[in-house]
Amino acid sequence: MKLLTGNDLVTGDVTWWTGEGWSRHVEDACDVGDRGEGLAKAEEGARRVNVPYVIDAVETPEGPRPAHIKDRIRALGPTVRPDLTLKPADPEAGSWVI
Amino acid sequence: MYQYDQYDQSIVDARVEEFRDQVKRRLDGHMTEDQFKPLRLMNGLYLQLHAYMLRVAVPYGTLSSRQMRMLGHVARKYDRGYGHFTTRQNLQFNWIKLEDAPDILAELATVEMHAIQTSGNCIRNISSDQFAGAAADEVTDPRPWAELLRQWSTFHPEFTYLPRKFKIAVIAAPEDRAAMRLHDIGIELLKKDGVLGAKIFVGGGMGRTPMIAHEIRDFVTADELLSYLEACLRVYNRYGRRDNIYKARIKILLHELGPDEYRRQVEEEFTHVKTLGIDPPVAELERISAFFAPPEFETGLSEDVDRSDPDFAVWLDQNVKAHKQPGYAIVNISLKPVGGIPGDASADQIDVMAELGERYSFDELRVTHAQNIVLPHVRKADLYAVWQKLTDTGLAEANLDLISDIIACPGLDYCSLANARSIPLAQKIAERFRDLDRQRDLGELKLKISGCINACGHHHAGHIGILGVDKKGKENYQLSLGGSGAEDVSLAKITGPGFDEDGVVDAIERVTDRFVQVREPGERFLDTYRRVGFETFKEAIYG
Amino acid sequence: MDNLLRFRDDEAHDEPAITLDSFLDGQTNAGAVRLEAGDDARALLPSLGQLALVEVSFPTFRDGRGFSAARILREAGYQGELRAAGDVLVDQIPHMRRCGFDSFAPQAPVDAETLKRSLDRYPTPYQRAADPAVPVWKLRHG
Repeated sequence: MKLLTGNDLVTGDVTWWTGEGWSRHVEDACDVGDRGEGLAKAEEGARRVNVPYVIDAVETPEGPRPAHIKDRIRALGPTVRPDLTLKPADPEAGSWVI
Repeated sequence: MYQYDQYDQSIVDARVEEFRDQVKRRLDGHMTEDQFKPLRLMNGLYLQLHAYMLRVAVPYGTLSSRQMRMLGHVARKYDRGYGHFTTRQNLQFNWIKLEDAPDILAELATVEMHAIQTSGNCIRNISSDQFAGAAADEVTDPRPWAELLRQWSTFHPEFTYLPRKFKIAVIAAPEDRAAMRLHDIGIELLKKDGVLGAKIFVGGGMGRTPMIAHEIRDFVTADELLSYLEACLRVYNRYGRRDNIYKARIKILLHELGPDEYRRQVEEEFTHVKTLGIDPPVAELERISAFFAPPEFETGLSEDVDRSDPDFAVWLDQNVKAHKQPGYAIVNISLKPVGGIPGDASADQIDVMAELGERYSFDELRVTHAQNIVLPHVRKADLYAVWQKLTDTGLAEANLDLISDIIACPGLDYCSLANARSIPLAQKIAERFRDLDRQRDLGELKLKISGCINACGHHHAGHIGILGVDKKGKENYQLSLGGSGAEDVSLAKITGPGFDEDGVVDAIERVTDRFVQVREPGERFLDTYRRVGFETFKEAIYG
Repeated sequence: MDNLLRFRDDEAHDEPAITLDSFLDGQTNAGAVRLEAGDDARALLPSLGQLALVEVSFPTFRDGRGFSAARILREAGYQGELRAAGDVLVDQIPHMRRCGFDSFAPQAPVDAETLKRSLDRYPTPYQRAADPAVPVWKLRHG
């Protein structure tokens, strides 16, 4: 599957295209198929996202999992500061990245 | 240390307003990201993996307690309670909102700080010796010269769109604590026939093509230094490569022209430039130098230090260095606790360091390129009190220049350029060698990790260097040996095939085990490596 | 030339600028020359007196070679119009003014208000350049 991701222009937060808007949680991301480039252009033009790009991902029971480690780290947060990730209560969250 | 006058302050204040205007134009849609990016970068604002990152300049690594406290304040108010000290003696905040950046800069400006030219293809923060003004071996304090260069390079109209970034270091001692020869321009201050001047090295750097700078001129006096540097930069701006970002640094120009031809072109330009009246009068260097006059050291102080507390004695031997003034010492605060993140400090730790600087070190602190902090002027009689406070704050790790005093870039945990994580590997290595007696037995051993080819973690200059690469989507680490960023500068050599994270920790241990087998008394790892050669260690690693 | 911005009182020179190669190849009576980013501005030094317009090309705003070209011409005493043409951004124009440009032909229009704010922003520069601005060190020491 293909995901569209970028950063919020104002806050810099990592965001994922959900089909209707942007979410900070990769679990909410939808498969954009071959519509990613067009969506990216429109959303960036409207300043709802900054530097969007399309990535490969695989569907898992827990939701989409980006194919590349860089995007998995983006989806979670720094593996060396679990307290600053999106899953601070889950000490095992970092293992999802590897 | 230097204090702004009305002119300095008005320039920094204007910069805040300029950036506020630029951010507003970006948020209002008057600029694309492509147009805004070079503008925000020239003010140290990156877009990293998780957020915007703001790099704040600490010119030549010197800051006051008030400035240090401001960094803690920004960490608390605008970031997530910590900051990261970098190999260019700067500080980075990892979680900045674009809309807050102008306010942060406005707050920094109230304590004479800024983020000017901490990125971009311009002249970056001038780096220097963290022991300046305190080291017994210095010819002069290099910081007035560095401040002169800071002012000259700030918003230099001709050199703001160079082919690539440009880094300058200034030292004034035979011992090189600033990796001077690995800079685009390295300046060594020295005396010739009783006159102070600068020896100029050009074309050093790390990155994907590491090179050691060539000596281009043996002596330039203060009254012609800026003309000479303008000539160096102009030749680069005109003829440095712009067709390939990876070949755009001045080191490539030097390599392609050869140092003799580059020198000839610079001399020709210099002959012209020095007639233009761009050099300030010597009185300007004198004005700046007055701010760096030695603090009012007490005299007649005792040299004795009570070593009865064994933990304190270890810290004293490892982290405290000789000061030129009797009765004083240089304290190095390690930001490399085992299990910690190299170079990170919490807002609370930043505040404590500020307090110690204010109370015990004439209101001065330094940031080192090895990502540690220095209290440059501490009375020996106060060392125990300082150590106790550091111990209470988790800042008393006695590992300066040992294998766990690791330089590491932020790597793939934070950086959008990285290919592999650096910090978890640094933590694993520190954990493997956590026994301090073992570390001290191994002696000075500079281990440096970069998470990509850009070499922010100085791996080329590591006695042991590690480069993280992406191997088919997996993190992989190449090991190299024999580098040095000091006066015995050399570039590390790759040992062979890379390793996974655990594999590289094991390989390092095979290297240190071999070192222990073959070393001679008094030798550092680097000395042994140079004596016995690369193959001995390669054989130890790969069998 | 809809976007032409001039900081000169004289009439704009309307003769089309020729390339440096053409100029050096014999069209030596031309009064207007265009320098590409990689051209050596010093090749014009023997002929500065006859030139009324030198146009310096900025193929992308990242290519800063033209900043040096401008200074070289001004340092040699060139008094004519010095025009930055191409991918010239509003935030670069103050630096370009300091390097000696007094005319701008940006490929995208420049917002006049933004430009005015930029040009008025910095009261005193740190360094001497090709403009009349007095550097801070001169103000400090007279």
